Amino acid sequence: MPVRVELPHVGETVTEGIIQKWLKQPGERVKRFEPLAEVVTDKVTMEFPSPVDGVLVRHLVPEGAAVPMGSPICEIETAEVPAPVEPSAPSPPVKAPVAVLEEPPPNMVMGPTGLRPREEAPTPAPPRERPPLSPVVQRLIAEHNITPQELERIQGTGIGGRITKQDILRYLEARTAPPPAPPTPPAPAPPAPRPAAALGADEEALPLTPVRRIIAENMARSAREIPMAWSMVEVDVTGLARWREAVKEEFERKEGAELTFLPFVVKAVVEALKENPLVNSSWGGDKIILKKRINIGIAVAAPQGLVVPVIHDADRLSIAGLAKAIHDKVQRARENRLTLEDVQGGTFTINNTGALGSVLSQAIINYPQAAILTTERVVKRPVVIDDAIAIRSIMNITVTFDHRILDGHQMSAFTQAVKRRLEAMGPGTPLY
Amino acid sequence: MAVKTVIEAIRDAMREEMRRDSRVIVLGEDVGRRGGVFLATEGFIDEFGEERVIDTPLAEASIVGLAIGAALNGLRPIAEIQFTDFIWPIVNQLVGEAARHHYGTNGQVSVPIVVRSPYGGMVRGGLYHSQSAEGFFYHCPGLKVVCPSTPYDAKGLLKSAIRDDDPVLFFEHKRTYRTVRGEVPDEDYTIPIGVADVKREGRDLSVFSYGLTLHYCLQAAEALAKEGIQVEVVDLRTVKPLDTETILASVKKTGKALIVHEDNLTGGVGAEVSALLADAGFTYLDAPIKRLCGPDVPAMPFAPTLEQAFMPTTDKIIDAMRHLARY
Repeated sequence: MPVRVELPHVGETVTEGIIQKWLKQPGERVKRFEPLAEVVTDKVTMEFPSPVDGVLVRHLVPEGAAVPMGSPICEIETAEVPAPVEPSAPSPPVKAPVAVLEEPPPNMVMGPTGLRPREEAPTPAPPRERPPLSPVVQRLIAEHNITPQELERIQGTGIGGRITKQDILRYLEARTAPPPAPPTPPAPAPPAPRPAAALGADEEALPLTPVRRIIAENMARSAREIPMAWSMVEVDVTGLARWREAVKEEFERKEGAELTFLPFVVKAVVEALKENPLVNSSWGGDKIILKKRINIGIAVAAPQGLVVPVIHDADRLSIAGLAKAIHDKVQRARENRLTLEDVQGGTFTINNTGALGSVLSQAIINYPQAAILTTERVVKRPVVIDDAIAIRSIMNITVTFDHRILDGHQMSAFTQAVKRRLEAMGPGTPLY
Repeated sequence: MAVKTVIEAIRDAMREEMRRDSRVIVLGEDVGRRGGVFLATEGFIDEFGEERVIDTPLAEASIVGLAIGAALNGLRPIAEIQFTDFIWPIVNQLVGEAARHHYGTNGQVSVPIVVRSPYGGMVRGGLYHSQSAEGFFYHCPGLKVVCPSTPYDAKGLLKSAIRDDDPVLFFEHKRTYRTVRGEVPDEDYTIPIGVADVKREGRDLSVFSYGLTLHYCLQAAEALAKEGIQVEVVDLRTVKPLDTETILASVKKTGKALIVHEDNLTGGVGAEVSALLADAGFTYLDAPIKRLCGPDVPAMPFAPTLEQAFMPTTDKIIDAMRHLARY
């Protein structure tokens, strides 16, 4: 019996994908987890793995076509293919799968600047494909202006996850119920969605690209939900600047990657995170979720918009390794060649506005992380050292942090740790 | 108020109407000295005499033909067709004549007859004593078709039928005659033809039925209440004309409809209720309209096992209700 393979829902803000290229053709054998197609979403290109072993029967969608997430894209015949055998456990009787996509690829949702694992999302994963909406459900949706995003969040209790009339009524009840009295002074209500503004005679409408819309939504969400606090320290990077000046040309020649200040900063941040593990976390509603891995996101201004590739396990890399990893990710971000893997799993974000000439900026947290650190431009400034005035290379570092998770003294400990490390860098700091 | 059986309520209704209005007569096979095969007219011949309680030959066409003639001459006859299985000879008289007079004379001449007929199975009646026929007559304009299920409804509706100026086909489920009891007021009352009755309120699904299966539906609803499923049970009472308002109001509330009847599935009352809901109730539906009916076989079989297999029993209704509730 052929299995219909569906494009997985990778998140509530990703509504469609484009089948860029079919990697398997009708008649070809496909192994489970083998890439079936290259799929382009708003941000990343990903290889979409086959959920089953079998023979590809036919494509349901041609190359280049945009399809809504959840739609079937091809059929795979699994009938004569034995189920994969677990080497350690006795295998169950061979059975053709009856359900579509039994083992879906990891669920991802789009974060403010990239994809992140689904388990961090506050809402339950919607079923991949639901039975059609009944007439009365459609009527209620229309009558109460229920948006597709709201509908995604409604848990269907009918057969096959069907959204029943009762589900909608329960949802509407909850929607209209007054919120519980806030324990603290009431937070300002989220702004009501503004009606589409009428265009004046001297104005011009610029339609939103999908990326712009997602950045807008996620920035607004971060700003709305996270009580952000902010602070800045000045870091004397004179020694580091000298050292970098001395080695950068040779490094570039040898490694093929530019040696910017960024890998040094990442190194310092990673070590500071080790020292202050609470900063490497996220808000979990009734708990704080500590992240065991240190995956550093780097904000990059790509042609299509802001994107945040992630250096996974950045604590295992040397400065040279970080320089090369950053070079690689930034390069691919600019060429729009990032994969899902490249943008997922970030636990802390570094924002290098100094590269744009800024000396002071106030970043918005990459939701749902605990903090974001910004490195500003290195400028030579007169400073007072031991009652004498000296010309030093100074870099401002700013942090925005989630005040639910962290208090000022914890954040200061972190920024001081970063500062201490950067100021200690100089001639002789090992690159490898 | 007294607790009565369905047959007692029917007997009371006829007796009271015959006492109230001397134009009311009864005629049929064995309705006189024997008091009717189910004793619906027991004692009538002594109280009202042979002129108003008429034993007829075994000729159904002539029973209804005579009734039509008497009605056209000012009487209000109640004709009894002993078993619905034997109703076919009256079709020409009832459908071809009685149902057309009012229309054909532009409202000048009406035929105020009632044809009473015990119908339905679960009585070990086999092929010739178990049939339901409302589906056939349902199709004919000019007729009213009533199928009560409780003593209270049977009495009130039969009185309305007798007082109605047009022909009314009054189907009495013979299994309910002595198995269903209920309170019946002592004073005179009528129940309007064409008005359904919500016998049990619920919010999860609507079930429409009449006759014996109505009681099975109530039992099933009671059983499902223990599972937290609230079933609304609507007794159609009159299948023609249908109470479209009550039917639609119930489905607007629940979004789901199940129609249960013992008559064959195809072209039965359930088909018409379904069509009504698909048309006027479409945007209120949360599930497909379901029917649980007698199968499309010529008649209810004799063997008890096959009777059970034919009949929409309480267990089958529970399954159907549960499935629809979960849908």
